[in-house]
Amino acid sequence: MDLVVAVLFQLIYVIANLALISLGLAIIFGMMRVINLAHGEFLMLGGYTVVVATNAGVNIWIAMLILAPLVVGIVGVIVERLLIRWLYGRMVDTLLATWGLSLLMVGLVTSIFGASTATTVAPPLGAIRIGSYAASGYELFLILITIVLLIAVWLTLRYTKLGLLARGTMQNAEMASALGVSTSRIYMVTFGLGAAVSGLAGGLLAPMTGVLPTIGATYIAKAFITVISGGSAILAGTTAGSVLLGGLNGIFSFIAGSTFGEIALLLAAIVLLRLMPRGITGRFFRKSL
Amino acid sequence: MNFSRRSFLTGSTALALSSAPIIGRAQGSDKIIFASILDLSGGLDIYGTAMADATSLAIDDINAAGGLLGKEVELKMYDAQSTIQFYTQYATQAAAGDRAATVHGGITSASREAIRPTLARFKTLYFYNTQYEGGVCDFNNVCTGSTPAQTVAKVVPYAMNKWGKKAYIIAADYNYGQIIAQWVERFVKENGGETLAIEFFPLDVTNFGPTINKIQQAKPDLVFSGLVGGAHVSFYRQYAAAGMNKEIPIASTTFGIGNEHKLISAEEGNGLLAAYSYFEGVQNAENAAFLARMDAKFGANRATMNELTVRSYEGAMLWAEAVKLAGSVEHADVTAALKSGLTYNGPSGPITIDPQTNHAIQNVVLGELQDQEFNIVESFTAQPPADTQLVCDLNANPTLSTFYFENGLAAAGIK
Repeated sequence: MDLVVAVLFQLIYVIANLALISLGLAIIFGMMRVINLAHGEFLMLGGYTVVVATNAGVNIWIAMLILAPLVVGIVGVIVERLLIRWLYGRMVDTLLATWGLSLLMVGLVTSIFGASTATTVAPPLGAIRIGSYAASGYELFLILITIVLLIAVWLTLRYTKLGLLARGTMQNAEMASALGVSTSRIYMVTFGLGAAVSGLAGGLLAPMTGVLPTIGATYIAKAFITVISGGSAILAGTTAGSVLLGGLNGIFSFIAGSTFGEIALLLAAIVLLRLMPRGITGRFFRKSL
Repeated sequence: MNFSRRSFLTGSTALALSSAPIIGRAQGSDKIIFASILDLSGGLDIYGTAMADATSLAIDDINAAGGLLGKEVELKMYDAQSTIQFYTQYATQAAAGDRAATVHGGITSASREAIRPTLARFKTLYFYNTQYEGGVCDFNNVCTGSTPAQTVAKVVPYAMNKWGKKAYIIAADYNYGQIIAQWVERFVKENGGETLAIEFFPLDVTNFGPTINKIQQAKPDLVFSGLVGGAHVSFYRQYAAAGMNKEIPIASTTFGIGNEHKLISAEEGNGLLAAYSYFEGVQNAENAAFLARMDAKFGANRATMNELTVRSYEGAMLWAEAVKLAGSVEHADVTAALKSGLTYNGPSGPITIDPQTNHAIQNVVLGELQDQEFNIVESFTAQPPADTQLVCDLNANPTLSTFYFENGLAAAGIK
């Protein structure tokens, strides 16, 4: 019984983890159709923000929950103004540009902080007991904050004026523009928000995984697979994609080991996209966000 | 025949261009070329950059002492960017283009296997200065790093006496991890213990939750880790976050060579055991002088020295000693000098090449991690590469160029 609860807890954590690393990309790629290959580096920058801030004596909660999204959000806005805004609608060009950006960011961070960085930020919460099993209290916190984050993004898109304008602009920019919406500003703000969500995720994961200049590479593929499998509805899609792929990954990791967990995730994505080329939300929950 | 000015010009330019490398090579012969191929960028740079620093200090020291055979030694440093394809390319470049006297480098076993055949074909003497799983038997490849019979065979009985007989093995999923797991399993059995499970992880796995569940379910007395690279450091953090580091202790065959003990906090790492040929705490005059010169060259914030970095320095110095003894940089002369029982006294202690295997006979130290420092709890002198000696005899077959453990220990005839 304890084991079932402990394994279930881990399963939910794997799912939440996948949703957390994918949500920022879902906004930038799923919603704005910008292939952002620098997504992993946005996560990495969030992690470095937390490390630098805590080393400078800032409280770890402030560093993770406020500074990381703020810094990466600002970086996102700068990137959008200088690079992305010239490339909307040119998918292959954004792919190349953001790949270059990703290499540039890895290079910059390596030359500033070195190849391996002392990231002695330990998870700020202790262990929790599940019968004879122990789990990390911080993992529970990450599960909860992922749920809160999903709800917050949903509320923003559904009930705020900004959310309405953003959705309208992404659906039909010319019409939105004709109705007096400054689409250029909406694009900038949306990209910045996507970057901020990525930064928050990177900051929150830093105590669990540590940060390295190249850590983005371990996230980028999974984030893209999750968002593409999820389909066009960014929130329902990311959630459904995370549940399906994360669930399979977690179950197979427990039964047969991590190698098979990764194989199960990739295989499921391939089969899924063969059967549903437009992702899960291309067929189910089509009207959802 | 239509002999225009243009065709004459292109023809003569081509001639001039094709003769240029010959002139270049003739001019280059007043220096001895020492090539190094390491990963200075990409995921493996956590190992490579410090190894490159140590190599460049060795070349400085050789030149400060008057060079070799009256010539200056020139270091050609190649960055393989954590990409195997560049290893092959640069090995060819170093051997055929630079006419290097020796090539040092390779970090992962995969990179070593990529360049070993190339360098053997060009008969360019190759030094692999990384601790690894053992089993290379190559007339052209000197392996100075420690192997499982030297290190793992020491840490396993020590950890089992301290913590208990039931082991759980986790390792990276490529040839090093697969083979090292078999060695750990073998040593656990030899010491009367039992291996409950062995698990492998792709190098980019960062979530170890399901494994931590399984370890809790299996209830071993200790965990042996052969995890590799930056992403796998997550394991130690998540293990500590679940409070497991206080319940089931860890011994490792890899923790520390990427200075992992500096990457996680003191509480997360305390008590971990590992054995290598070197920790910074080794007490001897050579080590004190070496650390002082590293400080002088790279500043007080230089990387912590470990087996990989120190052996990169010692490998270069050992080669230089052999060149001096041989009075030549020719392959046959230097190899004969290395196999003559030549001993180099480095920061880790004396190193001698075993002529049967081309591996190093070396000192080994067992360390316990406390507050981000390895405290030496036991030392062993002049350990032979007993693992590779089981399968390799270059005395009997001096032209061998094989990796015996490629398909695991059973395939190599080791039960």
